[in-house]
Amino acid sequence: MTKTGHTTIQLNILGAGCASCVGKIEKAINSVQGVDSAEMNFADRTVLVSGNASAELIIKAVESAGYNATQIQAESAEDAMNEKEQADLQHYKSLLRHTIIALSVGIPLMIYGLFIGEMTVSTLLEQTVWGLVGVVTLAIMLISGRHFYIGAWKSFLNHNANMDTLIALGTGTAWVYSMLIVSFPQLFPEMARHVYFEATAMIIGLINLGLALEVKARGKTSEAIKRLIGLQAKTARVIRDGKDLDIDIAHVLLNDHVKVRPGEKIPVDGVVFEGNSTIDESMLTGEPMPVEKVIGDDVVTGTLNKSGSIIFKATRVGKDTALARIISMVKRAQNSKPPIGRLADVIAAYFVPAIMIIAIVSAMVWFNFGPEPSSVFAIVSATTILIIACPCALGLATPMSVMVGVGKAAESGVLIRNGEALQTASKITAMIIDKTGTITEGKPQVTDIILVNADSEEQVLALSAGIESHSEHPLAQAIVESANDRGIEAIYTEHFNAISGKGVEAEVDGQTLLFGNLKLMLDKHIDIGLHEAKAQVLAENAKTPMYLALAGQLLAIIAVSDPIKPDSIEAIARLKLNGIKVIMLTGDNKATAAAVAKKVGIDDFFAEVMPEDKANKVAELQQQNEVVGMTGDGINDAPALALADVGFAIGTGTDVAIESADVTLMRGSLHGLADAIAISKATLRNIKQNLFGAFIYNVAGIPLAAGVLFPVFGILLNPVIAGAAMAFSSLTVVSNANRLRLFKAKEH
Amino acid sequence: MLINLLCIALIGFIIWWFWLYKPANDSSVDASTLILVKDGVYTPARIKISANTPTEITFLRQDKSGCSATVLLPDLEISQDLALEKTTTIALPALEKGEYPFHCQMQMYKGVLIVE
Repeated sequence: MTKTGHTTIQLNILGAGCASCVGKIEKAINSVQGVDSAEMNFADRTVLVSGNASAELIIKAVESAGYNATQIQAESAEDAMNEKEQADLQHYKSLLRHTIIALSVGIPLMIYGLFIGEMTVSTLLEQTVWGLVGVVTLAIMLISGRHFYIGAWKSFLNHNANMDTLIALGTGTAWVYSMLIVSFPQLFPEMARHVYFEATAMIIGLINLGLALEVKARGKTSEAIKRLIGLQAKTARVIRDGKDLDIDIAHVLLNDHVKVRPGEKIPVDGVVFEGNSTIDESMLTGEPMPVEKVIGDDVVTGTLNKSGSIIFKATRVGKDTALARIISMVKRAQNSKPPIGRLADVIAAYFVPAIMIIAIVSAMVWFNFGPEPSSVFAIVSATTILIIACPCALGLATPMSVMVGVGKAAESGVLIRNGEALQTASKITAMIIDKTGTITEGKPQVTDIILVNADSEEQVLALSAGIESHSEHPLAQAIVESANDRGIEAIYTEHFNAISGKGVEAEVDGQTLLFGNLKLMLDKHIDIGLHEAKAQVLAENAKTPMYLALAGQLLAIIAVSDPIKPDSIEAIARLKLNGIKVIMLTGDNKATAAAVAKKVGIDDFFAEVMPEDKANKVAELQQQNEVVGMTGDGINDAPALALADVGFAIGTGTDVAIESADVTLMRGSLHGLADAIAISKATLRNIKQNLFGAFIYNVAGIPLAAGVLFPVFGILLNPVIAGAAMAFSSLTVVSNANRLRLFKAKEH
Repeated sequence: MLINLLCIALIGFIIWWFWLYKPANDSSVDASTLILVKDGVYTPARIKISANTPTEITFLRQDKSGCSATVLLPDLEISQDLALEKTTTIALPALEKGEYPFHCQMQMYKGVLIVE
């Protein structure tokens, strides 16, 4: 990987057998331009180089001194992922251990309290026995609940309160109250001498269990990114000095010649220069059909070479490859929050202290106005409120769904830039689709030539190819290609001038040559007589007619047609089924636009739109209170894509500027667009379910814990049940988010 | 009566301690300090950095809980996974004066960058 700017590079040195090598290696490195200093550590055979020289140059210098060197990279994404999984597994096991320890005390105590005896303290014997149980419970708190208490205390010192605070306060209150009963039973009325050690132990056990299950469920939410990371090959076969070398992917340099055999993954991005093959790009684009690759075609990291051997030149390596950029973008998007989550964030920020206050107020109400034993009711209600309130479910509701949703989208070749784009995409009411290259193939072909005053088709093509060879318009390319295909040589033209939205003009032997649409002919006063009707017929058949005129006389009409992509019709129907108004945008004349729109099932279209007017059309719809999506190729439509509420850049294959749009569709098919909308809708629905569940849980649970049902039904929630509810509320949120993994875009 | 008064005092204390208390700015430290992610808090949690200069902040995560695994800087659209028992450095662009909070996904861990 090339590093520029002042930096330090660490290398592993191979083949340095004696201490005298140190000087030699350092000298070799110091001779490289841009190196400020090189220090070798002989003990671990590494060298630290500072300066602004590239790693490749330094490695070459070391090699020329007779040693080998490899750059010590920051660990690979895959290593980091594996490490994270290992750490999660350990954490899971330790939480389970804590669960078992706490429940092994909590469950017997609870069974005793429910079925066998009273958990009250009256006699000295009971005082002693419950005192011992209290000490055992304290041990449980210190062993299995240690992390809650430490977390709560540290947060407290930071003027912060979190889930740990609530658990520590809830279990702590129950234990301290019980110990007061045990130590000084005479201070309390007979009825109030009830101990709650079982609640403390059970709550600690249950919450640890909930956390353990949550660790497992969270692991699943990052499966999509794991799959993407797994696409990266570990080694590459490069040809250096005529020899094939299998080297670590980190050491592939720009312009290296890389050989890939059938069945192997493409290790870095590049351009084929020998051989041909078909390559399966479905893992990145979602496009199931393998793509034919010949000399000059791009190949992309992580895709699978199917049929033939190829050699390609590396054009992007390391963190610059399309795959690496996709991974980093998906990761970033997975951690970004859509606006819908903001309210939950605000609530979460004030939640815990508010719960503490509610618990105290509830305790005061019970103490002053509750039935006897009022102190018991006060303590039970305060403990239950502290335990049942769950800020986690609220905090997790949005990020978990975004994580799964964005990952799911990436799996179908849809890259969503951030949470906001995800949310807005779900609310799109109108979708503008640029015709060329999205609905159509973007590869127009000449279909008809109607001779008017011209002698032959050859003459028409020679003249039109002559003028269009100056133009970069896609239709121009079709003309030039058609002439080439028929072996017709273009006639030399000069003084070329492009007239935006109308056509082109040039001179041939001093005569004016015009090529363009009806507007151009009318502007230049060319008599087209009855031929307009012929052009009209062509347009009604979804072809684009263009007029060719020389020296004020109409020579011919050439029709060009851009074939509609086979799945455009179906994909547009899917969009309409979602209640989205689909509008086609094109520079074509109205009749052609109407014919194409009709063919693909689009009701509305903007025709004859100048390139610079595309953004105005977006604004026009926005003024009509539509949430506007704009789909284009991301190159010519940049201003319109930027202005739209959500810009969708449609790529062909993987050659896309993924940073440019709100949503990037990796494959050319419009199904990607329908998938993107379907996934964002499903994700938003999932977030809403989660937020609703988390709100309702807290809004219903807290009054229940405070005892609102007591005056009428005589029901007061048991703190143990509160602990179980709390432990499973956040697990429910994570599990619901995980349901999104099963989402199949095409069935909706 | 005494218990009621105690409860009211406790409520007052909670409001003051968690919501009204404004830490003195001298408790913040500069960006070169390692931010420890452990036991539910960032230590230190108030980081002072200079305005208009790109800088880096480094975290060391020692807490295994899933919550601590990601740090978000919502104003800067930065989110970074923190590897366990390893330092993770986040490059920050040049920032204007102001306070930029950072937190974990669920806002249990909280800190703030003070740009001066």
